[in-house]
Amino acid sequence: MLAQLLTFAWSAPSLDYHALAPEIIVAATIVVLILLDAFTGERSRWASSSVAGIGLLLALIPIATLAYDGVDRVMFGGGFVVDSYALILQALFLISGYVVILLSTNYIAEGDYHEGEYYTLLLSSVLGMMVMASARDLISIFIALELVSIPAYMMAAWRKRDQKSNEAGLKYYLMGVFASAILLYGMSLVFGITGSTLLVEIGADLGSYVSSQPIITLGIAFVLIGFAFKVSAVPFHQWAPDTYEGAPTPVTSFLAVASKAAGFVAILNVLFIGFYGRNDVWEPLMWALAALSMTVGNLIALRQTNVVRMLAYSGIAQAGYILAPLAVAGASLGTGGEALRSIVVYLLIYAGMNLGAFAVVLAVARKTRSGEIKSFGGLFSYAPALTVCMTIFLFSLAGIPPAAGWFAKLSIFSSLASAGTASGYVLAVIVGLNSVIAFGYYGRLIRVMWMDEAPDGDRSPIKVPASLSFALIITMAVTLVWGVFPGALTHFTDQVTLFSLLR
Amino acid sequence: MFLNQFLLLAAILFCIGVYGVLARKNGVLVLMSIELILNAVNINLVAFGAYWHVNDMANVSGQVFALFVIAVAAAEVGVGLALVLLIYRNRQSIDIDDVDMLKG
Repeated sequence: MLAQLLTFAWSAPSLDYHALAPEIIVAATIVVLILLDAFTGERSRWASSSVAGIGLLLALIPIATLAYDGVDRVMFGGGFVVDSYALILQALFLISGYVVILLSTNYIAEGDYHEGEYYTLLLSSVLGMMVMASARDLISIFIALELVSIPAYMMAAWRKRDQKSNEAGLKYYLMGVFASAILLYGMSLVFGITGSTLLVEIGADLGSYVSSQPIITLGIAFVLIGFAFKVSAVPFHQWAPDTYEGAPTPVTSFLAVASKAAGFVAILNVLFIGFYGRNDVWEPLMWALAALSMTVGNLIALRQTNVVRMLAYSGIAQAGYILAPLAVAGASLGTGGEALRSIVVYLLIYAGMNLGAFAVVLAVARKTRSGEIKSFGGLFSYAPALTVCMTIFLFSLAGIPPAAGWFAKLSIFSSLASAGTASGYVLAVIVGLNSVIAFGYYGRLIRVMWMDEAPDGDRSPIKVPASLSFALIITMAVTLVWGVFPGALTHFTDQVTLFSLLR
Repeated sequence: MFLNQFLLLAAILFCIGVYGVLARKNGVLVLMSIELILNAVNINLVAFGAYWHVNDMANVSGQVFALFVIAVAAAEVGVGLALVLLIYRNRQSIDIDDVDMLKG
């Protein structure tokens, strides 16, 4: 058999180094970080975070040149595509990775943690997300997903001697690996029916006679359930609140924003390119996941007393909003495109506002050493700037103008309405009702910050380190500018499309 | 081709693995159950891969996929055993039902 294989003409794939440049730069930065940590030891501890941040920013340069170039680049027989969709998401991952580095700098340096390894793992995870945005093949999607997840398991358990952090890491690991195993089983069935791992070929097969095989339903459902674990959609969400509470807070912000966005990107890739022809299977599944996630997430968030846990449940509810357009995406190619764009818009805005909220939580916890909602009491009396920032981020999460969240919600509503089906309208009503419920707990935190007294009467001001302030400035700018001028965002997202929609 | 037998074996292994993940309390046995699921996937991939290889000699995607799964599974279990060790060091137990400090 080997002899037969060797007789095939083997030609090396042609590489487009310009298209691969962002990934190459991040990978090179990872190598530099490892070498720096190995050969300079303690003296270089301060340098790790700077090198990691500069590496991520450098990788934005080729993304800008590729976007300016504007040509879709296809490599490896269609398994790796660099188009406007991939570029805009890679930029999202790089910038949110950079903000997470800003959030981590002081937290990691002040704890008794291994700095070099931390940034190496963080960048590896970001690299996985970037590959995910371009991956158009089951194998590369799987590898990208694992490259995102495996470093994240270790980062969640980063505080080695803290039992809560251990527990966070273990729960995340067990759920994540179980999900990947189910996902892989689904992928093996899909491969078995179609005989290809390329999403484009799977898409072509599922549009034809092959799609009548009943086992393909099982394959699609398993793949989507595997991703539903990753984005913590109800009923696969149990790990998220525990992991978010126990993990170090900068890692939580990374998991809640970047890692979750990577899961959504994977769902978009397989749904729109691979499984688009079988919308009878995935539309009801997505409808149920979306409706359950937003309702259950919001209702449980109402009774939380810890801010990070509340943000975790709020994140589950937001995952429900993001999944909602997928429930009607199969109606027509036009609706599908609309749904795709509304999800990309939501992911971008969600990253800005959620990272901002975590930045404020981190800043406040530097003084109060607590994540309880009560510890935010009287914040306005001693940290008015932080209070205003947090209020804007919470308004944005609740969807109140002028913060950007309203535009994200609006695009979800318009894509649900554009389908013109009963199920779309019902889901839009559920989204609307949930937005009202959500304001219950966002509003409660705002009331505590502005109205209540400081719990222990301590009104000494909070010293916000420079890196945290910079992170707050970036996220605040993004939240306000996109909220007031949504055109600045849609200018980029209007061109977003996925391969199968062009056919 | 006796494709069905392989698929049946893989499905049984998958079910045993899922049962093990959900029902076992011992951390190491949960890791082994996950390995069972991954091996079910490998059997599926290799069986389907051989099936497609007969029609199209150039199609070796299934076997390549299986190799990637084996490599990644090794990395995953490495991290998992490290986490179980960490839990054992801090609590002198690997019973994962005891790990329940975070609730709500």
